[in-house]
Amino acid sequence: MAETRHQITRLGTTNPILEDQVMNEATPLIDSPPVLGAPVLKTPVLKTPVLRALGLSKQVTSPEGPLTILDQADLQIEHGETIAIVGASGAGKSTLLGLLAGLDVPSSGQVWLDGTELTTLDEDGRAALRADRVGFVFQSFHLIPSLTALENVMLPLELAAAPQPAQSAREALRTVGLEARRRHYPHQLSGGEKQRVAIARAFVVQPSILFADEPTGNLDQKTGEQVVDLLFHLNRESGTTLVLVTHDLNLAARCQRIYYMEGGRFVAGPNQVTKV
Amino acid sequence: MSQPNHSSRLAMRLLLRDWKAGELTVLATALLVAVSALTAVAFLTDRVGQAVELRAAESLAADLRLASTQVISEDYATSAAAAGLLVARTASMPSVIFAGNANTLAGIRAVSDPYPMRGQLKTSEQLLGEITPVDEIPEPGEAWASPRLLARLGVDTGTVIEVGSLQLQLTRVLEHRPDEGFRFADLAPTLMINYADLEATGLVQPGSRVSWRMLFAGDRSAVQQFKQQLNTQLASGERLEDINDTNPQIRSAMERSGRFLNLSSLISVLLAAVAVAMAARRYAQRHRDRIALMKCMGASQSYVIRSSLLQLFMLALSGALLGSLIGFAAQHGLAWLMRDLIGENLPSPGYEPVLLGAMTAISILAGFALPDLWQMGRTPPMRVLRHDLDPPPLRYGIPWIAAIAALVLLLLWLVRDTKLVLTILLGAGVTFVALGLAGWLLVRALSGFRGAGGAAWRYGLASVSRRGRESIVQLVAFGLGLMVLLLLTIVRNELLDNWQQSLPDNAPNQFLINIQTHETDALQEFLQQRGVQAPDLVPLVRARMTHINDADVTQMTFEDPEGEEWARRDSNLSWRETLQEDNKIVAGKLWSDSPEQNEVSVELGFANELGLKLGDELRFDIAGETVSARVTSKRTVEWDSFRPNFFMLFAPGVLDPYPASWIGSLYLPEGKSNVTLELMREFPSVTAIDLDATLSQVRDVMDKAALAVQAVFVFTLLAGLTVLWAAVQSTRDERRFESALLRTFGASRKRVLSGVAVEFMAIGLLSGVLASSGASLAGYLLATRLFELEYQFSLGLWLIGPIAGMLLVGLSGMAATWRVITHAPVNVLRSA
Repeated sequence: MAETRHQITRLGTTNPILEDQVMNEATPLIDSPPVLGAPVLKTPVLKTPVLRALGLSKQVTSPEGPLTILDQADLQIEHGETIAIVGASGAGKSTLLGLLAGLDVPSSGQVWLDGTELTTLDEDGRAALRADRVGFVFQSFHLIPSLTALENVMLPLELAAAPQPAQSAREALRTVGLEARRRHYPHQLSGGEKQRVAIARAFVVQPSILFADEPTGNLDQKTGEQVVDLLFHLNRESGTTLVLVTHDLNLAARCQRIYYMEGGRFVAGPNQVTKV
Repeated sequence: MSQPNHSSRLAMRLLLRDWKAGELTVLATALLVAVSALTAVAFLTDRVGQAVELRAAESLAADLRLASTQVISEDYATSAAAAGLLVARTASMPSVIFAGNANTLAGIRAVSDPYPMRGQLKTSEQLLGEITPVDEIPEPGEAWASPRLLARLGVDTGTVIEVGSLQLQLTRVLEHRPDEGFRFADLAPTLMINYADLEATGLVQPGSRVSWRMLFAGDRSAVQQFKQQLNTQLASGERLEDINDTNPQIRSAMERSGRFLNLSSLISVLLAAVAVAMAARRYAQRHRDRIALMKCMGASQSYVIRSSLLQLFMLALSGALLGSLIGFAAQHGLAWLMRDLIGENLPSPGYEPVLLGAMTAISILAGFALPDLWQMGRTPPMRVLRHDLDPPPLRYGIPWIAAIAALVLLLLWLVRDTKLVLTILLGAGVTFVALGLAGWLLVRALSGFRGAGGAAWRYGLASVSRRGRESIVQLVAFGLGLMVLLLLTIVRNELLDNWQQSLPDNAPNQFLINIQTHETDALQEFLQQRGVQAPDLVPLVRARMTHINDADVTQMTFEDPEGEEWARRDSNLSWRETLQEDNKIVAGKLWSDSPEQNEVSVELGFANELGLKLGDELRFDIAGETVSARVTSKRTVEWDSFRPNFFMLFAPGVLDPYPASWIGSLYLPEGKSNVTLELMREFPSVTAIDLDATLSQVRDVMDKAALAVQAVFVFTLLAGLTVLWAAVQSTRDERRFESALLRTFGASRKRVLSGVAVEFMAIGLLSGVLASSGASLAGYLLATRLFELEYQFSLGLWLIGPIAGMLLVGLSGMAATWRVITHAPVNVLRSA
């Protein structure tokens, strides 16, 4: 595992995955008890963290006056790590995710993504950075209804003006086992299939960091598990850093580290819970 | 990051995908209806306008006429021929002609081939014979006399008459010539001879009163060019006349018909714009998620906006091309439908309408769709995580400014009638605000009725109140659509009827002039005995205006050349205690109770041409005596009423000491034309002028215009229906979800549908009420302010509006939601 984690595999050049195999590999991880501290040390040390936030806060105005929805959040995520951010609804998880991905600007604090300080960039600058380094998977899939599965996967490649977007997108769909459905529109796909298309779309640009917002929130348990297996498998294959927002502790348990949030703050210390 | 070709490829693909997915159907339909309506109208009005101009040109017998008191230089004819124009000459002068022992004063009119170049001569073999159009003029040695002339001489065709030193044989009765005109100068009965005979008559001598004319006709643009060229070369005493100088009756009728047609196209533009705005709004709302997603994946703001602009441009381009094609085809159909009235040989349309189509598409999209798409482009990427995040609204009222600017520019370009555009825009603006305000009040009031019915009733009415803002928007859209439909169906008919009634079947068709004061009673009696309604006789005093405010008019310079002509020719003065109903005071007061000075009321156009103001003093020479009067009021006159009207009207008493003759107009029913002949024998000094020809010309213009308006109406109707469609579509997504939810909770399909029906019918009823009020008010304003017609408020309008609203909106709303409701709820909820 440790050897393959940082072995960057070009998406689509691996063999098509077999879901059974993924399940087998994933199962022991879930059963392992969380161990504090250890695995980060086992990972090869990299000088720059892929994501770093310092004193990140977000205030909004509400009818009752200013409301702090994120309060002084600090975090640091290294290359190739898998991180879960867990908490109840309204704990500030999505706000944090939005700020880390540069989708929104903080009221105070700083964010560095791959060494670039996001908080000094304007919206277009942040967008350009996202185009290069960031992938997303959402709870509600966010596929464009008027585009086919293939075209949905092509979209980020086209936005980045990548060469031969159709070919790469087709390979990405093959990787998630949906090449045969490439001409189908989102409304012709099941929830699990939609999320697999979304995963292909997220990985097709070979992002250095992948944000996943409740990726199983709209799926039944079995489909959810399959989608998560796929997500972790591809993540491992491509060595991408994964930041997963969820309220599902079982899902969170598959990540190396877990950040707990409550009322806009991290609880239980800066490094939170770390497990193998 | 994004190279231009990549961004355009993606933008085009998304546009095509949206098109395939039906996302653009309403927007594109609205655009297409707008462009095809406008281009069809423009193509058609262009052609009909040309046809009407041609018809109007008949009263000149040419497209352009050069008039002079001197023989007109042949150079003009040469250069006209070089410009590809047809040229004819006429000369007219008064002269006494003899037939045996009888003699009378006639207006000699010498004409050369190919006179008349517009319109036709109509003749008969003998007096009261069958009238047939002819394509020739009298041969040399022959003459054609008007029936009046024959009656005065007491002869018929076949007689030899003497004109100056020439003998001519009367071969035909000249029943009608297109340039008969209606001026007192044209009053002597006509004798038409060949131009080649003119010299032999010996009537053309130095000092003889000959009016020389050179007539030109040909291709429209060639005529225009030649006119401009001539204008720079005119010698003194030479004057150019084109169709604008023709009979005031026809001019007035043409102006009104132009306004009717323009009004129809304006309404199409407004409606299409509203439909495009609503469709664009929905499109933008539905695509916010896509924009957020694209930004989330790295698309920059400028990229997103550039894509939207490109998409809009492609839409505009295809809308303009396809719309122009449809418009062109439709116009052919319309022209075919109207062939009986406008003739089969309609001039072919120009290319300007295609440009108009493109301009329309671009302006409508830029003014009404761009702001929404621009705002859509500003959707924050964070929306991918928080669905309730909407793009910030555009500031400084940009959407309004864009919409109004686009409309003003387009409309001005379209109709080139600032007054009409401003009236319409002001009306539309006030209507919009009033509808919005009334809508808000009605929506609020509606919640009071919630408890009055069953569940469907409660759910339906609750939806109207809950959707508050959307309901008001829908109410305004439906109200506007319905209002225009009402305006077009009911008010339009009323206006057209009123207009046509302003020229009733029994409109005066004979003008009697030169009635002596001692003859008035006898004449009235003579007519009554023959079952003809006696005319209201009006006094007429010939005078010459000498001074305006102590300045000699012969020394004055006038800005308006027409004013100069009016000032220097003999004036006809009259007096009246009260005004006829076709006269309206627009400034000042008719007569003071105790005038300190003589008072005169002047016609508005006349006052403008001479630059007269209230309080100016006018001095006249009447039969060698000087009379002065102060301008105390200005009047408008309906010149197309076919009644005697005067530029200058005095208070009773002032003109009593001077010799007056009387004039009057009367309606002579068909079959009583012999009354004129009898009258002329009984009262030899009285002159009767037959107005039938002019009257039928005016009727013809009116009929053509009415038909064109009806045809245009079909498109405007389509535009109105598109607005309704867009309004129904605008809440479709929300409704889809709600119905699915209600059905999931166990509501039957019937109950959901009843709720929807109640909601739409309530909105329809309210918009109907708004539409009726708006249409009544707009109709009243249009009639009184723009068309200067009477307007009567109709009860029918108030009944039809709300009922039509309820049915139209209710049914279309149900039809649009039918599929939504019949969808399996699980599909809807899953895709939400």
